[in-house]
Amino acid sequence: MEEIRWLISASYFVAAILFIFGLKEMSSPTTARKGIIWAGVGMVLATAVTFLTPGESTLFMPVDNLILMVLAIAIGGSVAWISGKRVAMTDMPQMVAIYNGMGGGAAAGIAAIEFARGHMHGTMMFTLAALGALIGSVSFSGSIVAFAKLQGIMKKAFRLPTQNAVNIVLALLTLGLGIAIVWSGQEASAWLLLAFFLCALVLGVIVTLPIGGADMPVVISLFNAFTGLAVGFEGYVMGNPALIIAGIVVGAAGTLLTQLMAKAMNRPITNILFQPISGEAQAGGAMEGTLKEVSALDAATMMHYASKVIIIPGYGMAVAGAQHKVWEMTELLEEAGVDVRFAIHPVAGRMPGHMNVLLAEAGVPYDKIFDLEEINSDFNQADVALVIGANDVVNPVARSDKSSPIYGMPILNADHAANVIVVKRGQGAGYSGIENALFYKDNCHMLYGSAQKVIAEVIQNVKTMG
Amino acid sequence: MEGSIAAYIFMLAAFTGYEVISRVPVILHTPLMSGSNFIHGVVLVGAMVALGQAATPLEQGIGFVAVLLGAANAAGGYVVTERMLAMFKNEKKGN
Repeated sequence: MEEIRWLISASYFVAAILFIFGLKEMSSPTTARKGIIWAGVGMVLATAVTFLTPGESTLFMPVDNLILMVLAIAIGGSVAWISGKRVAMTDMPQMVAIYNGMGGGAAAGIAAIEFARGHMHGTMMFTLAALGALIGSVSFSGSIVAFAKLQGIMKKAFRLPTQNAVNIVLALLTLGLGIAIVWSGQEASAWLLLAFFLCALVLGVIVTLPIGGADMPVVISLFNAFTGLAVGFEGYVMGNPALIIAGIVVGAAGTLLTQLMAKAMNRPITNILFQPISGEAQAGGAMEGTLKEVSALDAATMMHYASKVIIIPGYGMAVAGAQHKVWEMTELLEEAGVDVRFAIHPVAGRMPGHMNVLLAEAGVPYDKIFDLEEINSDFNQADVALVIGANDVVNPVARSDKSSPIYGMPILNADHAANVIVVKRGQGAGYSGIENALFYKDNCHMLYGSAQKVIAEVIQNVKTMG
Repeated sequence: MEGSIAAYIFMLAAFTGYEVISRVPVILHTPLMSGSNFIHGVVLVGAMVALGQAATPLEQGIGFVAVLLGAANAAGGYVVTERMLAMFKNEKKGN
């Protein structure tokens, strides 16, 4: 018995080292792949030894529970494994969101069992169990809503008339129920617990419903940090240091990542949660100027005879899965002697680094990809800025219009290029519903159609120019 | 577990997470978010222990769901992260 306990503790310790080491290796592109494999080894080790956990008075855990365990791992693991293998690169954000939500749900589940068993003691333990349950539940239901939105199951951002008041009342109510549970300790009634969990779940849904567009990556990252914290707290309740370390490391890392993103948008996290960007919030009137449409041939000519082109990809490129076509076009232009670079806004797409992943998939080398700070001064010398399915991140309104919800967000200075070509699926405002002043500028040309189809046409035309 | 020892673990782990991430290039933000998402999949271990100790059908039911969700978090998180990072393998070093 003692040997088994020692083996389990030692394995958890090794797993914790592997998690941290893996995360560290993931912080550099060259060692990143090894990093996830090391972390994976840690996970398999931790899971394997857990089967040896002694029962309360027996050598092993009860057989019926072990059977349930194997069954649950087989079902959950294989469904997630297969869906993870099959999903297209462009759909990654929602997959990360849904897997993350499941982790939050698991943490809430652990808390529920611990409450039901009634073996907990001490205010500290009850507090952390309740906190973990609250955060885990919010992350669970919120991530499901985020998944539904990104997957296109839920199309419109939904906002209650008195959204913020509802948020605050519900949050206070949930907190109050949590405090009542901690207060009553072992005596907490099943109804109180049920109400607490239900309120937390509803809170996750209500808070996430109005959020859309560029705010989505920040929210997914925030829920990731939430789940980490919830796992860490439940780890304390279970007396399991591996859970504490892995959970808190992720919680801290996720919080930092969330802050980095929020900073890149110049929007505090509280604004993202309580003042979501939406078209209705916009005070500014109609735009001056007209939209000028160009053909794929015109666009091809402009870029072919340019000396410097900067491409700004956005969510539209991801939706159309056009990254391979974009790289093909880039190679053709480079053969013709054009200097082509990619400018990535920190919150382009629906996940931090979303565009980098897609471009890497298509085979674009790192040295052609630049961050906002690195490239923004280069737009003045660029002949063409090609905007592919990006919108808010190039909207000059963010610089000038104080009434705009995106005022103050750093943007890519596409409007400073001699010419701007915007590839866009159709007329009308972007996901956030804010009109884009860039589109109405004199040097801006609109190229309508799905990015995949339009870029293919541009490629055809560039080819004929030799 | 001793409360004060747990507090030290919390503190050290928080610093570790903060330090590890603060040096990450933007290009890796997505795989990293996904990778940290995988790592909190260790909640599976906690769920397994909770299910193992379950004594009533209600506890078993919740435990079953928790293990299922935890396993999905770990397996799915691993696969998507590995797929994303695999795309970097043939690239040349830096600039």
